Amino acid sequence: MSIFEYAPAPESRAIVTIKPSYGHFINGGFVEGLSVFPTLNPATEETLSQISLGSIADVDRAVAAARVAYESAWSKMSGRERGKYLFRVARILQERAREFAVLESLDNGKPIRESRDVDIPLAAAHFFYHAGWADKLDYAGLGNSPKPHGVTGQIIPWNFPLLMLAWKIAPALATGNTVVLKPAETTSLTALLFAEVCQQADLPHGVVNIVTGDGTTGSALVDHPGIDKIAFTGSTQVGKEIARAIASTTKKATLELGGKAANIVFDDAPIDETVEGIVNGIFFNQGHVCCAGSRLLLQENISEEILSKLKVRMAQIRVGDPLDKNTDLGAINSSAQLDKIRELSSAGDAEGAERWSPPCDLPSRGFWFAPTIFTGVTQAHRIAREEIFGPVLSVLTFRTPQEAIEKANNTPYGLSAGIWSEKGSRILWAAQQLKAGVIWANTFNKFDPASPFGGYKESGWGREGGRHGLTAYLKSEG
Amino acid sequence: MNERLEVNKTYKLFIGGAFPRSESGRTYEINNQSGDFIANACLASRKDLRDAVVASRNAQPKWSSATAYNRGQILYRIAEMLEGRKDQLIQEITHIDGVSQSAAQDEVIKTIDRWVWYAGWSDKLSSIAGSTNPVSGPFYNFTIPEPLGVVGVIAPESSALLGLIEALAPIIVSGNTVVALANSHNPLPAITFAEVLATSDLPAGVVNVLTGKKQELAPWFASHMDIDGLDVSEIEEPLLADIKVAGAENLKRIRTFSDEASPQRILAFMEAKTIWHPIGV
Amino acid sequence: MASVNLVDGSETSLKNFLTNLSGVDQTGAEARAATLATRSIKTSAKSWAIDTAISMVDLTTLEGADTPGKVRALCTKAVRPDPTDAGVPKVAAICVYNDMVKIARDHLDAIGGKDVAVAAVTTAFPSGRASIEVKIQDTQDAIDAGATEIDMVIDRGAFLSGKYALVFDEIVKIRKLCSAGVHLKVILETGELVTYDNVRRASFLAMAAGADFIKTSTGKVSPAATPPVVLVMLEAVRDFYAMTGTRIGVKAAGGIRTTKDAIKQLVLVNETTGPDWLTPSLFRIGASALLNDLLMQRMKMRDGYYPNSTYVTID
Repeated sequence: MSIFEYAPAPESRAIVTIKPSYGHFINGGFVEGLSVFPTLNPATEETLSQISLGSIADVDRAVAAARVAYESAWSKMSGRERGKYLFRVARILQERAREFAVLESLDNGKPIRESRDVDIPLAAAHFFYHAGWADKLDYAGLGNSPKPHGVTGQIIPWNFPLLMLAWKIAPALATGNTVVLKPAETTSLTALLFAEVCQQADLPHGVVNIVTGDGTTGSALVDHPGIDKIAFTGSTQVGKEIARAIASTTKKATLELGGKAANIVFDDAPIDETVEGIVNGIFFNQGHVCCAGSRLLLQENISEEILSKLKVRMAQIRVGDPLDKNTDLGAINSSAQLDKIRELSSAGDAEGAERWSPPCDLPSRGFWFAPTIFTGVTQAHRIAREEIFGPVLSVLTFRTPQEAIEKANNTPYGLSAGIWSEKGSRILWAAQQLKAGVIWANTFNKFDPASPFGGYKESGWGREGGRHGLTAYLKSEG
Repeated sequence: MNERLEVNKTYKLFIGGAFPRSESGRTYEINNQSGDFIANACLASRKDLRDAVVASRNAQPKWSSATAYNRGQILYRIAEMLEGRKDQLIQEITHIDGVSQSAAQDEVIKTIDRWVWYAGWSDKLSSIAGSTNPVSGPFYNFTIPEPLGVVGVIAPESSALLGLIEALAPIIVSGNTVVALANSHNPLPAITFAEVLATSDLPAGVVNVLTGKKQELAPWFASHMDIDGLDVSEIEEPLLADIKVAGAENLKRIRTFSDEASPQRILAFMEAKTIWHPIGV
Repeated sequence: MASVNLVDGSETSLKNFLTNLSGVDQTGAEARAATLATRSIKTSAKSWAIDTAISMVDLTTLEGADTPGKVRALCTKAVRPDPTDAGVPKVAAICVYNDMVKIARDHLDAIGGKDVAVAAVTTAFPSGRASIEVKIQDTQDAIDAGATEIDMVIDRGAFLSGKYALVFDEIVKIRKLCSAGVHLKVILETGELVTYDNVRRASFLAMAAGADFIKTSTGKVSPAATPPVVLVMLEAVRDFYAMTGTRIGVKAAGGIRTTKDAIKQLVLVNETTGPDWLTPSLFRIGASALLNDLLMQRMKMRDGYYPNSTYVTID
């Protein structure tokens, strides 16, 4: 061997046991659904299990269980005791972290390095963080004894299945709400494993209910009259549908929706870390990230230098088996998503942008897309406006800081943005000008339970995480 | 008995710091409780609304980037001038709404005091609603509230002045700009208030006041894509649901409030922005 | 020489050049190094990495208590690291103080280790606090005694006080002594430079002045060859190559004690400068205890079970 070829380093699958089929988790136990659909390993197209398709009746049963649990147990329990349950859940997640990580990578296609080092530890951290809030709600800024909404209906996406579950369930439970959660159609398995965690933690029956299914199940949940609050993470299109669906009700909603974040590089940026930040911004989690830095805005006088370094760096990205510990870029989550990425990339070609990918061998089975950049992109290109939700970066240039901000803000989205510069005053100026809920300066794609996350404009309503996110699960007067 | 003929005021719209008539040329009669004619008010059209939104959007950058201290000073100055117009406002309320002198006086005083209360929040809000967040890593992370942008107000019908003012104050104190639709049966105090604003230091376009019919204009407020938020306190079903459905298109922040002074009312039209930066040498 | 393209050696040109280099964000650099540290090197890749690492070792003894006997023992180990296995590659060099150079060279030559270089630490190693005349003499002595690699230290005091031309001049003067196949390694002593910005600047200064290698540390100061420091130096080397077409080597020295540490270094090289640098002529690891751990891991790979420490020879 003349070059350093990393031998396969697969994480063992043996740690997880996947059942042939799963029911819904309602009132503390598993309940058979009327019909099932397969869930695939997107890296191999192998069927992992059969998942129940939640019906209106299933949702109804789950909401009823959540209501009873709310009235009879959870809302009556002291914050201190609720907090202790959350601590238990956090600990069990830590104890079973490897199992969750492997299952997440199998079901989602994301690299084990990310599920192991990001998704699962952060999910546990969210429970820890919110456990501590449960008996301190008087200090959340809403006055004494703020009240929960009641029963929350939560719908989460497929890009960070367990992490999104934690973002939703932890604050809901800490504040005294009960939960009916619907995982994404293609990634239900870690949510169903989480149901076991609820059992191990001896969580009172009905406090957490999980109904699996597709969009029809989600609609049934949104429309259910027994739901007091909706928490949704997903596309802006569905977010708007939910907003319309609850218009004539008193239901509250938080929506974490799409984004088309600008990642702005000024000519005094720390170059190597910036290149890392660009890579992390768009290729983390295959670009299946609502806050991905999908529009790279380069100051024109350094654009060539950055692009040449970026290409060298992209050639180092290791695409392949999600369970291999050295994989950087895993599988696209579904064939539908792959079609969407292909369609938008073709639009980039057709509109005259220049496509580049490093040489990389993609597996023949499964859903794969090579890391890709498009240069020569303008604001008018579809790939500069529409969320691709894949490992595809659109590169634009700017001449002045003002132009950078104008281009960055020239989108109906407003979730996140990046700034790279070593000049403090310019960073603060740009951070002030950007219309986005999360600004990463000299870093990107960082998440923490203490840090509020959420978007401006059509990227959604409300925040998740931190004190700000907590208050979304409490009634505020005024 | 004074035989002198009074000079009646023409009540117009307030858009971009000017007092135009409705582009539609339409007016409607304002009558008192007994049905006597008091004035012709402009019946604003959707095009007037459009112009007001443009004015409001244009005023956004300057107003939102003014220092909090400056915004507080300007709002307090408005309260000073309101104090001088007290009698006129009381008269406009009693004249049309038929409420007693003392009730009108109470409303005006409450209005002014509430305005002062909100004015003082300008440079305190970030302290109570912002935070530094102890993230797990070498990062400085902080959250600040920022104004939402352009906010629409459909003023309540239950009061001619207070309802409008207690909607406007919390919206603009944070740096938002506003397009407001005045109480339709008595828009006169709203226009008088606009005259106060016009002679205050408030930049043109920060507050725009329309008069007209909410059934006609509210749907246009709701569907206008350049309005970021709506205060529709006292709007009832089914109009409220229609507004929410139309507002979903750009995910407007649509809110209703009770008659209670609260910083939550300011925060309702603000966005939390969180900023991360590494710590290192 | 590459230096003429980048700087003319004057204080002004050096200051302009070095202060215009892109900054290094500490958090970002450390995060990148930490990510690369998670690479999992197994089976065939691990075997390859262990042998490659052995071949890159500058087997080092730099003690006041060094004796000819100790140095000869080290030379023996350098040529035949594992007495039971002739398949183990020789190390790259023996690294000693200059009074031990001749002893090392003679012994290596005598036992079939002509291809193992002798590196001498000079220029008033480790502090560098002496006149340039002394540093020149120190170096000349080593070369005269047969050293083919010179590990010089920079004047960190001068660097930190912004006297870049002084640091540059000293390197140039030592470089002049190193003609005819003598390789110059310039030790930055990154633990004293403290910031990554300084590491990057000192790396470029040394390369522009004519270093064949830039080396992290003397081994006498901690921290030494931490992964992020090596990362920043590798990035500098990669960028210098892009600017000048000249490949400069990197020597990581100090604190690399285990096979795991060494493999992390190779991963850094592989994914920063690329595999072209995965050769003893462009990457070295200055170490002493490391070799035994590499040998024990090698035995484990070969035999399928863990040896104990009596199966490797003490130095």
